[in-house]
Amino acid sequence: MTPAEAQALADGIVERSLPGEQLEAVVSWARSTEVRAHGGDLEHLVSAEEFGVGVRVIKDGKQGLSWAGVLDEAELERCVSEARDNSEFGTPDPNAGLAQPDSVVPQQLDLVDHALVNVPTIDKVEIALELDRAITAADKRVVGHEGADYGDGIGVSAISSTEGIRAAEEETSTFLGTYALASDGSDTTTGFGMSVGRGFGDLNVNSTVDEAVERAVSLLGARKAPSRRTTVILDPYVCSQFLGILGDMLSAEEVLRGRSPFADRVGEEIASPLLTLTDDPLCVEAPTASGVDGEGLACRPLTLISAGVLNGFLHNAYTARSMGTRSTGSASRASHHSAPGVAPKVLGVRAGRLKPSEILAEVGDGLLVHELAGLHSGVNPVSGDMSVGAEGVIVRGGELAEPVREITIASTLQRMLTDVVAVGEDLRFFPWESSGVTLAIADMTMSGS
Amino acid sequence: MRRRQEPGSCVDNPTMLETEGSPLLDQSTLLDQSTISAVLTAGMEDGADFAEIFVEDRQSISAMLDDGRVEELASGRDRGAGIRVVTGETTGFAHTADLSVESLTNAARTAAAGARGGAGKASSVSASPQSTASRTLPRILPENVDKADKVALLKAAEDAARSENQAISQVTARYADSRRRIQVANTDGVHSADDQVRTMFSVSTVASGDTGMQTGRESVGHTIGFELFSETDVAELGRNAAQRAITKLAARPAPSGEMTVVIGPGGGGVMFHEACGHGLEADLVAKGASVFAGRVGEKVASELVTLVDDGTMDGEWGHTAIDDEGLTVRRNVLIKDGVLMDYMWDGLRARSEGRKSSGNGRRQSYRHLPMVRMTNTYLLAGDSEPADIVADTESGVYVAHLGGGQVNTATGDFVFGMTEAYLIEDGKITAPLREGNLIGNGPAVLANIDAVGNDFAMGAPGTCGKDGQGVPVGDGVPTLRVHGLTIGGTAT
Repeated sequence: MTPAEAQALADGIVERSLPGEQLEAVVSWARSTEVRAHGGDLEHLVSAEEFGVGVRVIKDGKQGLSWAGVLDEAELERCVSEARDNSEFGTPDPNAGLAQPDSVVPQQLDLVDHALVNVPTIDKVEIALELDRAITAADKRVVGHEGADYGDGIGVSAISSTEGIRAAEEETSTFLGTYALASDGSDTTTGFGMSVGRGFGDLNVNSTVDEAVERAVSLLGARKAPSRRTTVILDPYVCSQFLGILGDMLSAEEVLRGRSPFADRVGEEIASPLLTLTDDPLCVEAPTASGVDGEGLACRPLTLISAGVLNGFLHNAYTARSMGTRSTGSASRASHHSAPGVAPKVLGVRAGRLKPSEILAEVGDGLLVHELAGLHSGVNPVSGDMSVGAEGVIVRGGELAEPVREITIASTLQRMLTDVVAVGEDLRFFPWESSGVTLAIADMTMSGS
Repeated sequence: MRRRQEPGSCVDNPTMLETEGSPLLDQSTLLDQSTISAVLTAGMEDGADFAEIFVEDRQSISAMLDDGRVEELASGRDRGAGIRVVTGETTGFAHTADLSVESLTNAARTAAAGARGGAGKASSVSASPQSTASRTLPRILPENVDKADKVALLKAAEDAARSENQAISQVTARYADSRRRIQVANTDGVHSADDQVRTMFSVSTVASGDTGMQTGRESVGHTIGFELFSETDVAELGRNAAQRAITKLAARPAPSGEMTVVIGPGGGGVMFHEACGHGLEADLVAKGASVFAGRVGEKVASELVTLVDDGTMDGEWGHTAIDDEGLTVRRNVLIKDGVLMDYMWDGLRARSEGRKSSGNGRRQSYRHLPMVRMTNTYLLAGDSEPADIVADTESGVYVAHLGGGQVNTATGDFVFGMTEAYLIEDGKITAPLREGNLIGNGPAVLANIDAVGNDFAMGAPGTCGKDGQGVPVGDGVPTLRVHGLTIGGTAT
């Protein structure tokens, strides 16, 4: 399906609207390939094509949604009438309503690698097999992996509404990744490596292997460490996970519902002056870049925290209307099943000037964290309480010392922001909505033996 | 990474069917025999070892109340088929939302081509003919219930939560039901179908006080219909969720370091899900990514531990009649009196080991390949009086309710969150604690269980995530005591 075809389909659904109602249609289509190699064999090859339509109807301040996964006339008609029927049961809200076109024109970002569609399947199989071979050959301590994965996709999305919203976007993505298993004869450790891009040529087998092997091997011999308060250094991957939680707390939806601890703090210093936090959806190097938000408004770069001072929150049309401001183009849809929420697209810390080794030297004694566990169960973005499992390496005298595992690190998200003591220059993007840099945070509790 | 979480946070909603039908489930199959035959033939025509078609028609509805308003009702339908072809060690898979014979046979040829992408070593195919398994029907099909009645439940839960205490500053309530009809047929002679109806309800609260904000959550979910609400009082769920948040306003920071932990009945099944459940999945074992690899027949836990994975538990959240490979689900004893009896298996792993599947092949939808997954995982009750277990604990932490968890099966290290916990001082449950994760190592923790109570309860419904796929799972435990867990708090 082309963007124009998806747009035409969305337009055709909007034409089914009745007088007095607002109607919005989103169409998504994707074609993807997934290859897994293991033990010298191709384990599986998945060829997928997905299609979905989501319809939102708002009438008299009440909202209803429906979706369909099949492109046939009866299903589309059912979808529209069900969304309409569902809207009957909402509680009227004067601020409910679809996004209205504003003065910002969505940018047509170049998110497509046109060569990808011509890459033969056999090449995709071969790169997964190559990754499989390379991991096992990389280091004698590497005993295997959980799977050598290649994935690619081409995705099209379009949105149309009775309010004059019309936008479509197309993107391609590629992925190479693995979890390496290393062993010293007694313990086994794991380490992930990944490479992402928009085209086949963007993928790098060597860097993926190096990363996975380095992470797994560096943890060999890891033990539990004694509990203490210490400075924790997040690597870019772990930093990006931490920022993902912060994104939730800066959503106006959470502010509006009284669930953000930062609700009344715009203009105040909520973080270390070293910290500037931005959401830049137009940064095309980021896999999640986009010119159009989940309601069809233009995405735009935002500075959420400026040298420690909270500038404002992320808004969609509804939160903006409810709080008397303008949408920041931050409407986000998990899928065509869902109503637009609020979320950043490319959230990131403005990179500092320090190399990771310089941060280690500056910190002196602390803990470098490679991997977190239990982010969904140990972080509460309402209270700010945070306690997560961690693996990493102790830093002593500015140098990497012994590896540790089966420990937790804890603080509150509010304190972590003010306790940032160093920001790295090593900005890295990931295939999710936040990037990362090496980030040092003072005075966290490490719990172990 | 594998993890279990309570529903509503990341995986899509439980779901439902729009017919004016009778209260009996639709026993008709989704595709007829001639279409099935044509598809399997297309999958096998170039000499594959195995072909399978999985057809799914899933309808769902959810309603959400937040900030005093019913925000929206959302409903929809997804249907399609996934076709899997296995040649040697290689699986090819393709899926389509178009259930015409042309589209399905095209998908079968795509899957077959995928399966030929590998080395293509031949392996024998074991035949295990099956038919549709019988199951308890839901008494009240949710699709026959007025949407207004579903929405009314939200309001009732909210009112109860807000009137519990004026410190409750926010309430979110969610209702969801789903109906998933599946049909599975393969070249081993399996041809079976199931009609799975699930209903769930959850309430989340925020309490505000001088110490900031705290949250509370309660949820209930079963593989039954709307009769869930003749057994469950949503107002009581609302009050309990409110109470949980209120209690935590006065909570102190959790301690930091190794402590004795007593887990309350029902609250802690997720610990076993993480500590050993995932590590007993045969696909991870085969890749050397489990600390339990090669240990069948060995003592892997305290002799007080008998752990079962049981897809047959009628009405429980992880219950189905058949797994997503068409086999009747079973009750599998994984650990008996501390000895590892067996792993959990799906068809693919079982075939390569020349044994039978344990009925644990599950998938999120027709768009996904099946994998080895848990169903309802629980620890059998022991002999101890729950009150004595607490009284015999000089100091420690009592965990009444756990959140989700996560495990690295290769190292055995796992975490799980405590959402309601208290200190134990001099054998008594005392001060409430703020949230935090606990961390431990599976084999070490299993060996250090020194008391198991004579009570038992199933816990809240969960969604288990593995390789990006979410499936509904249940778990349960009696009261139990364990040493060697580290509490990840901030107090020293």
